[in-house]
Amino acid sequence: MSLTSEREHPVGGARSSAFLDVRDLRVHFPTDDGLVKSVDGLSFGVDRGRTLGIVGESGSGKSVTSMSVMGLHKRGTANISGEILLDGANLIEASAEDVRRMRGKRMAMIFQDPLSAMHPYYTVGNQIIEAYRIHNDVSKKKARAHAVEMLDRVGIPEPHRRVDAYPHQYSGGMRQRAMIAMALSCDPDLLIADEPTTALDVTVQAQILDLIRDLQREFNSAVVIITHDLGVVAELADDILVMYAGRGMEYGTAEQIFNEPEHPYTWGLLGSMPRLDRDRSERLLPIKGTPPSLINAPPGCPFHPRCAFEANTGGLAQTERPDLVASGTGRGHNVACHMAPVQRRQIWRDEIKPML
Amino acid sequence: MTVTETGGGATGQDAADLLTVTGLVKHFPIRQGLLQRQVAAVQAVDGIDLTVKRGETLALVGESGCGKSTTGRLLTRLEEPTSGSIVFEGRDISHLRPGQMRPLRRDVQIIFQDPYSSLNPRHTVGKIVSAPYRLQGITPEGGVKRAVQALLETVGLNPEHYNRYPHEFSGGQRQRIGIARTLALKPKLIILDEPVSALDVSIQAQVVNLLEDLQEELNLTYVFIAHDLSVVRHVSNRVAVMYLGKIVEIADQQSLYTRPMHPYTVALMSAVPVPDTKRRTERERIRLQGDVPSPINPPPACRFHTRCWKAQHVCTTEEPPLYELEPGHRVACHFPENAPDQRTPDGPLA
Repeated sequence: MSLTSEREHPVGGARSSAFLDVRDLRVHFPTDDGLVKSVDGLSFGVDRGRTLGIVGESGSGKSVTSMSVMGLHKRGTANISGEILLDGANLIEASAEDVRRMRGKRMAMIFQDPLSAMHPYYTVGNQIIEAYRIHNDVSKKKARAHAVEMLDRVGIPEPHRRVDAYPHQYSGGMRQRAMIAMALSCDPDLLIADEPTTALDVTVQAQILDLIRDLQREFNSAVVIITHDLGVVAELADDILVMYAGRGMEYGTAEQIFNEPEHPYTWGLLGSMPRLDRDRSERLLPIKGTPPSLINAPPGCPFHPRCAFEANTGGLAQTERPDLVASGTGRGHNVACHMAPVQRRQIWRDEIKPML
Repeated sequence: MTVTETGGGATGQDAADLLTVTGLVKHFPIRQGLLQRQVAAVQAVDGIDLTVKRGETLALVGESGCGKSTTGRLLTRLEEPTSGSIVFEGRDISHLRPGQMRPLRRDVQIIFQDPYSSLNPRHTVGKIVSAPYRLQGITPEGGVKRAVQALLETVGLNPEHYNRYPHEFSGGQRQRIGIARTLALKPKLIILDEPVSALDVSIQAQVVNLLEDLQEELNLTYVFIAHDLSVVRHVSNRVAVMYLGKIVEIADQQSLYTRPMHPYTVALMSAVPVPDTKRRTERERIRLQGDVPSPINPPPACRFHTRCWKAQHVCTTEEPPLYELEPGHRVACHFPENAPDQRTPDGPLA
């Protein structure tokens, strides 16, 4: 089930809205050094039963985006504008109380480091029970039984014993599973996983990714997975959004992004990674330069100082910001680049792909 | 009971062997009570043998708790071994006192994982990179400042940033500062402890290319410690896979990646997510159950038997030695993949 033509890409234009619909999100933090534009005009959508992978490096704005969806920015520290629609309800305009009620029940988040995300003074069971009882009017006994059931569901051995253990008594992989149990305890419709496996060993990572996939199928949730690891999104994501400097650079299905990428930044990411499944290359192909300052982002296209093809835009990349628009293949593949689509496809085919 | 690896000569060292490690053990004691009696020990490294040849890159791969970082620290004598020996250029450095080690520190250097905590935030870049000269009492030709600026240029930094502080640089740039510092005394052997794990993907590629160029230009020998199998494949000549303080497999890079023999190595490679959507369904996955056991109380005999899908009873009673099953390819397993069984199967574990 790929993005169909009836449901046009969630950037401008009429369309039926997705379950989670983010439109022109801007999150700016006023600081002493200046206004940090962490997210600067981002739009995407996720449906139930589908997984969106948001890929980007540090400073791309991916974590700030997910925290905005969950309403976790302290009021007053961030200027948030745009729309975040969860099943039609606008989260930005909703009161703090309404958002709090939705958190846990309709949307839940898994964080990168479970040790710091869970409270060290309460048992894992207590933390799951607390979440469950806030959203459901049940007795402690029933809530505890549910907690044990959730721990079992995520593959924690001896859950009736482990439910009374503290987070520090779990191993890394187990803690992450416990956090997933906590997030899913109220059967949320949207699950956001922010770098859920970065802190884990690769064999444990594989187990956790399998778990997320299985649980999504079972609960039919919409899943947003945020990561810098292209391997992880290839495993899990149906659709992929590539972010850079707080904006979307490319958006499409996983097949489109991996097999027919059209943005120079995406090409750069694919070229930077050594791959187990290809022949060993002589040299990696890094992207020159460093990620930009978010206070003084480069004018025009934020990627242009690092782009090897900037000259092809006739100076436009330095002055005008490219919008994330359809690439012309008519299948929901959107790219934010001033180069003509035909030229981009030719460069990919003739210059980039053979080098990978 | 492991076979000592020798370069090519029948006895002791080859001229090409820079470093030879035999039976290296490091246990960290756990003490309890008023009298601080030792009640247990973290068996971080539990008997490993290694040889590092001049000019090559030997990778140490494994997950958390396998002992690879501790091994790296032992090789630079940041820790003292509990037992076993480390021989560098023919000299046994296992138990040298700090004063005796000091001149050797010119030859053996280390690059750390975290570019944020490995640089003193109160020192300028110039002071950081010139510290080795100061500590060793060496004045390079042309003066310290010129030497430092040349080093900064070598690693791709602007020599004019001599007076800047670490916080003014990005993670990738800080790692380059660490590399510049390491190169100051023209070392022979560099231990790299996860040098690119903390960096973004595009910066990782820059730093990996830099490390490769430097190795070629300056004839360096690397021991590259990492958990990222893709990066390891790209940089290494030989790879040693560690699990719970032991080397379970050691082979040429190509041999290891095309024909891994130890079940743990096979599972490790199978677990690495590859950026290819087609492989989502096609790939044969091996899923290991559970987590790595604690190094305080490792499983008896073969340490991997608790998670191994091929484990038989003999795996719980007899520790498999590191045998050379193919030229240049050693495995510690009774029932390796891609190779004949070393023992008769005597019943799988329940």
